[in-house]
Amino acid sequence: MYTAKVMEHFANPRNMGEIENASGVGTVGNAKCGDIMRMYLDIDDEGIIRDVKFKTFGCGAAVATSSMATELVKGKTIQEALQVTNKAVMEALDGLPPVKVHCSLLAEEAIHAALWDYAQKRGIQIEGLSQPKSDISEEEHVEQY
Amino acid sequence: MEKKIYLDNAATTQTRPEVVEAMLPYFNVMYGNPSSVYEFATQNRKAVDDARGIIAKALGAQVNEIYFTGGGTEADNWALKATADAYENKGKHIITTKIEHHAVLHTCEYLKSKGFEITYADVDEYGIVKLDQLEKAIRPTTILISVMFANNEIGTIQPIKEIGAIAKKHNVLFHTDAVQAFGQVDIDVNDLNIDMLSASAHKLNGPKGVGLLYIRNGVKIRSFIHGGAQERQRRAGTENVPGIVGFGKAVELAMASMKERTDKEIKLRDYLIKRVLAEVPYVRLNGDRHRRLPNNANFSFQFIEGESLLIMLDMNNICASSGSACTSGSLDPSHVLLAIGLPHEIAHGSLRLTINENITFEEIDYTVEKIKEIVDKLRKMSPLYEDFIRKR
Repeated sequence: MYTAKVMEHFANPRNMGEIENASGVGTVGNAKCGDIMRMYLDIDDEGIIRDVKFKTFGCGAAVATSSMATELVKGKTIQEALQVTNKAVMEALDGLPPVKVHCSLLAEEAIHAALWDYAQKRGIQIEGLSQPKSDISEEEHVEQY
Repeated sequence: MEKKIYLDNAATTQTRPEVVEAMLPYFNVMYGNPSSVYEFATQNRKAVDDARGIIAKALGAQVNEIYFTGGGTEADNWALKATADAYENKGKHIITTKIEHHAVLHTCEYLKSKGFEITYADVDEYGIVKLDQLEKAIRPTTILISVMFANNEIGTIQPIKEIGAIAKKHNVLFHTDAVQAFGQVDIDVNDLNIDMLSASAHKLNGPKGVGLLYIRNGVKIRSFIHGGAQERQRRAGTENVPGIVGFGKAVELAMASMKERTDKEIKLRDYLIKRVLAEVPYVRLNGDRHRRLPNNANFSFQFIEGESLLIMLDMNNICASSGSACTSGSLDPSHVLLAIGLPHEIAHGSLRLTINENITFEEIDYTVEKIKEIVDKLRKMSPLYEDFIRKR
């Protein structure tokens, strides 16, 4: 079902974890649909993404696209990171099954959401970045057992 | 562990070697058409009749009430569509449940598009159909009640005898999809007041591509596969002789071993359930604790998603199944888990393990250890778990 690259990133996800006091954090998706991605960015004064981490609740493709997206933006400028599209993530993974394309969109949105958070915190505007549309709903809560 | 641990016996089972052996001569030695008149073909007629006899006996049915089909799905389609066709003068209302297999649910949707009204009865939190609601739903125009014998995902066994009694009391036909139950629990169509019953060979160590529909004598439904005069003119097409022979052999073996086999499965199942519930935090068992198939365990692990869990189990040579949306291609998780009241996010994190009698306690131990490791790993990756821990 998945390419060898997807399986490899799923089995050994890159940059999984959290960043304390991150410059920007973005969470997209919702638990109802079965996918939530959270990206943490550490951006230096030059506007370079020094570090990036992710956490994902979701299927194999969701984990692999998160992992690949972090690799593609690490060490890049904000403008370069904005150019990382879902298509670029998919290509880097040698493709995704059609039903999993939305995972790559989520990865792109997660990066945008983290950059948006960074811009909000700094009170700046990032050219070409508008507020991401599918930020996680506040009312969404997980029932406990 | 190098060996594969196959814990998906509700999906399909291994065809038993004895079954394969019984089938083989009917491919290349005794390959005659049962409908032919010459001596060479009569042994094929006999083989089909013998299998029918074994299966009729297993269900407490008459020999002429068993009709072979191409599988359980065909049997479900036939039962519903042909009943609708034969009884639409009486009425166009059918009652089923929210947790049926898609073979029934999608057939009901089709019938709805043809002007039939369908009532989908609710189930309780354990997946047991609400009998009072079911009975109240019956109208003068109700022609059929179709309730599965046991659920394929959560293993819940329905109160079939009570449903049969309700149907009989109101003079409504009763069909049950017994694909998961046949060979695992005792079924007597007369005792349970069943008018039609679907079953499949490959769920009980028989071959794929063969099933049956039991139709009680007197029920007037006809064929919806037209052609030759096979199966008393109710299901045309040259009989799948090797498949039917295999089905018969599989049923014979399943009936002979039922008590011993299911006792063993129940011990393994209960051990598995006990360990998982005791050793994995934030987990629940789906389905009824006792009124469940001997081979079925179904869990929901909070904060994680089922497909990831399945892939990681597969990496550890464990074959399992999930009610996660990601295994079906839609965004909604299993309709069964939603019907028992699980929120979407909990339903997404479900895992179905269906054992057989050859699984060992050692293999269950290995599986539980792997589940613990994997669930822990996936939770460390999960933003839902992170939020949960922060809030505490």
